[in-house]
Amino acid sequence: MKPAPFGYVRPRDLPAALAALGEPEVSARIIAGGQSLGPMLNLRLVEPQLIVDITGLAELKQAERCGDELVLGACVTHADIEDGRVPDVTGGAMQRVAGSIAYRAVRNRGTVGGSLSHADPAADWVSALAAFGAKLTLRSLAGSRTLAMEAFVVGALESALRAGEIVETIHIPVMPASAHWGYFKACRKPGEFAHAIGAVMIDPSAGTARVVIGAIDSAPILIANPAELFGGRIGGDYKERFDARVADAILAKAGVASPAHRHIHVGVLQRAVREAAA
Amino acid sequence: MRNERDFSSADGAGAGQGVGARLPRKEDDRLMRGRGQFVADIRLAGLQDVAFVRSPLAHARIRAIDVPERYRANVFTAADLTGVNPIRAVSGLPGFKISEQPVLAVGKVRQVGELVAMCVAPTRAEAEDIAAAVTLDLEELPAVHDMRKAREAGSALVHEEWVDNVFLETNFEVDISSALDAPIKVTREISTARQCMSPLEGRGVVATFDQRLDQLTLYSAAQMPHITRSGLAECLGMEQGRIRVVSPDVGGGFGHKGILLPEEVCLSWLTMHRGHPVRWTEDRREHLTASSNCREHHYRITVYADRDGRLRGIDCEATVDSGAYSSYPFSACLEAAQVASILPGPYLMPAYRCRTFSVATNKCPILPYRGVARSGVCFALELMLDLVAVEAGLEPGEVRLRNLVRPEQMPFDNITKKHFDSGDYPEAMRRALASIDVEGVRARQRNGEMDGRRIGVGVSIYCEQAAHGTSVYSGWGIPMVPGHEQASARLTPDGGLELRVGVHSHGQSMETTLAQVAHEMLGVDTAKVRLILGDTAMTPYSTGTWGSRSMVMAGGAVAAACRELGERARRIGAKLLQHDPDAVVLQNGEVRGVNGSVTLREIAHTWYRRPQDLPVDVDPGGLEVTSGYKPQRDSGTFSYAAHAALVAVDCQLGEIEILDYVIVEDGGTLVNPMVVDGQIYGGLAQGIGTALYEEMPFDAAGQPLATTLADYLLPGPTEVPAPRLDHMETPSPYTQFGMKGIGEGGAIAPPAAIANAVNDALRPLGVELMQSPITPYRVVEAILARRDAERPAA
Repeated sequence: MKPAPFGYVRPRDLPAALAALGEPEVSARIIAGGQSLGPMLNLRLVEPQLIVDITGLAELKQAERCGDELVLGACVTHADIEDGRVPDVTGGAMQRVAGSIAYRAVRNRGTVGGSLSHADPAADWVSALAAFGAKLTLRSLAGSRTLAMEAFVVGALESALRAGEIVETIHIPVMPASAHWGYFKACRKPGEFAHAIGAVMIDPSAGTARVVIGAIDSAPILIANPAELFGGRIGGDYKERFDARVADAILAKAGVASPAHRHIHVGVLQRAVREAAA
Repeated sequence: MRNERDFSSADGAGAGQGVGARLPRKEDDRLMRGRGQFVADIRLAGLQDVAFVRSPLAHARIRAIDVPERYRANVFTAADLTGVNPIRAVSGLPGFKISEQPVLAVGKVRQVGELVAMCVAPTRAEAEDIAAAVTLDLEELPAVHDMRKAREAGSALVHEEWVDNVFLETNFEVDISSALDAPIKVTREISTARQCMSPLEGRGVVATFDQRLDQLTLYSAAQMPHITRSGLAECLGMEQGRIRVVSPDVGGGFGHKGILLPEEVCLSWLTMHRGHPVRWTEDRREHLTASSNCREHHYRITVYADRDGRLRGIDCEATVDSGAYSSYPFSACLEAAQVASILPGPYLMPAYRCRTFSVATNKCPILPYRGVARSGVCFALELMLDLVAVEAGLEPGEVRLRNLVRPEQMPFDNITKKHFDSGDYPEAMRRALASIDVEGVRARQRNGEMDGRRIGVGVSIYCEQAAHGTSVYSGWGIPMVPGHEQASARLTPDGGLELRVGVHSHGQSMETTLAQVAHEMLGVDTAKVRLILGDTAMTPYSTGTWGSRSMVMAGGAVAAACRELGERARRIGAKLLQHDPDAVVLQNGEVRGVNGSVTLREIAHTWYRRPQDLPVDVDPGGLEVTSGYKPQRDSGTFSYAAHAALVAVDCQLGEIEILDYVIVEDGGTLVNPMVVDGQIYGGLAQGIGTALYEEMPFDAAGQPLATTLADYLLPGPTEVPAPRLDHMETPSPYTQFGMKGIGEGGAIAPPAAIANAVNDALRPLGVELMQSPITPYRVVEAILARRDAERPAA
């Protein structure tokens, strides 16, 4: 379990990093916290020619509130969020999600941008941030673009990142005071990857909801018409109106063939909804 | 129940340092400070690392092995290993089919991970680069991946020279026809998953050749170094004296490290071929996918009983997936064939039939894991007894009490002629039932849980045959039969005591417990006792540490050697005190008479430094004794325990929480109850892994699917509750101090107790789970299947 030989650079600023990533004919991988890439390198599941270590980029460790959103640099760690070293605009939701990621050792090094880029459907941020309505700024030598979180993960371990492109910042909207959030996941053991995730942000006074089913074999599902889950409308009684059959049908349509898997997913989603209502 | 025998230690049992003392572990000072030395810590000048090219396929013919020109000197295949013999572990049981395991594949590969080529380089990373550059041209053959289909006609053959895939079939029967008219008859299929043993430290080998001694030295993470030496000598065609096996600190064995590895043979050959030391350290992926598999059983079992729950008989067909090869020294059939002899356990029954099949498949060889076949048979039988209880309308605990061997029947030969030495099994069960509060649980179940979960209580009981010797193993005809166990005891010139034993310690705490035995016999302060083990050059021959035998066997041997040493010292002491030998006694490390006393230190000083003061008729053997030991009967000690679990099942998510866990254990006389507690805790953790987490699945191509610890789940601190322990102490009538082996027991009963508790919780839903591990998916699947079955047809 030793990695294949690779080149290594640790650029001092973002332009230098983008230049290294933009080298033609070189297969490059970014390493941030290394909590997924490290084992993948050791198992030789990936054999890049060049590792670009972005942990030295101060501009990716920024975290500040700008107007109605929180802007997190890609290299902010899970522990930074868990420990409250970054401002909170989500009524504690971000802190709760961060604190339940894997084990503390992983949270110390693992980064939000790294986790998103890895695009593991069983990871926490890909589901939670979709529910919280986050957007990502992606940058390459060619410039930058913005994508909604739910458009970023396109499949298992597949993101919308193009060659030479990097997640620069994550933009989390300030959650309205009237919004409720819930995050629930089922894991075989605390700290292990989830086999079902439910992430919800529900604003009964506005009649809106963002509902995500995660940890399926493909990208997390952001439910297109969440009102259907609650009998056609989202009101203060949404917890009672949660319709498991609708959730089950959505999962079946998304290709989750096993009834037992669907049953567990629906149960987890229901608990996220209950948590939001609590 | 405490043994009333008067042990000689003046401070009394349970206190001080002798037998029964809760002495802190001597080895912890080293191990807890990170000062242990494991194979991977060994650094030898000129050491190079080895990585292996392993088969990516479960079953294939090797067309070619392509080694890039630049690596020719670094890569070795079977063709290079001239004079090396395959590993052969033959059983003498009639009908056993012999498999030869080439140390590097010849012609064919028969499991994923089988060694095909050996690559050596200055570092492991470079060796892995070389291994990655070697390409294999393989012609894939149909993989034999399912042990039951493997028995069907027309199955592909793992060993083409065989007529089928069965290593061994056994049949045992006592009067089964007499049971057939029983009013209660329950039949089920029960299965247990393939597991990986997963000690903290994997296997590891450093091999070097000492030109001066003309001796190969193999450092290996091994629990049976003398057996490893014998196996190596057979494979390498060398005299045993030219091989020394050193097993330093070992981080857990559980059976895995008792096996002779092809890697050990390969590296031994390589160091002699290359003239420099070489090292291979097993990584976790190798451990999970290529080695260390265990426990895959299938049972089709029928239990017959009368209306009052009394057993009339058991009829069982058991199949064990033995994997591709017969491992040395235990062979491919120990697991399955043992099922037949141990399935009835401590239960009374007039009729019994068991057929067993050890089936070859294209998977890793099955290896003996803590409890060996016992956790499987306990799972099968105890799940069935709960179903008998349902049929009889009795509490599961009551069915056990009506069928367990009773204390007044001891010693007792059960239906398979297992000789139970002592114990009160019903009492252990009664205590467990009372402690888990079955009646309280029943009341709680009637009221339901606030959180909507369902709770259930389950019990199980087992017996653990330990330290069984010649009379048991000679019948197996495998390469290893234990006889007398030996120990050497030597007083040093300054009055310290050195003990040399051939067993090993890899979590068993032998450095502490054998020192306690020596203290019991001689009164030497345990701080002054040094234990030397794990080295064929420095210890008496032993089959090593396996079968929960070390405390009984090495403990007995240390006691015997110390007794003789004490007698010699006493005679010297008598002379120094100017007494007749009959007028002095050895007590608390001193020889005492009416004239005063003389310490062992002074006696040692006399023997070594002032021989002029010795009695003229002194024993010329001096203060160094090698002595041997065997219990009065070598059919084994029988320790046992009743386990009781209280669980809560979340029927929506399939999750199981262990709310309470009780163990009532009887390990005979306990040399160190704290060490026994530790053994039980560790075993329980592994048993919970078997019950709820650990599984190595294979696909139809024979590919192992849990290749990292993210997929192969081991229980951790959040999964293992603090059990409540209760000890009974019924001494064995046959062993020194009445000791019994207890090393494996903790791992045997938890899967059955937990599964019974889950089934108890789900019984009102008509749901039962007959397969381990009980995963959330399986729980939900079973609940949904039942729901579907009840739904009226459309």
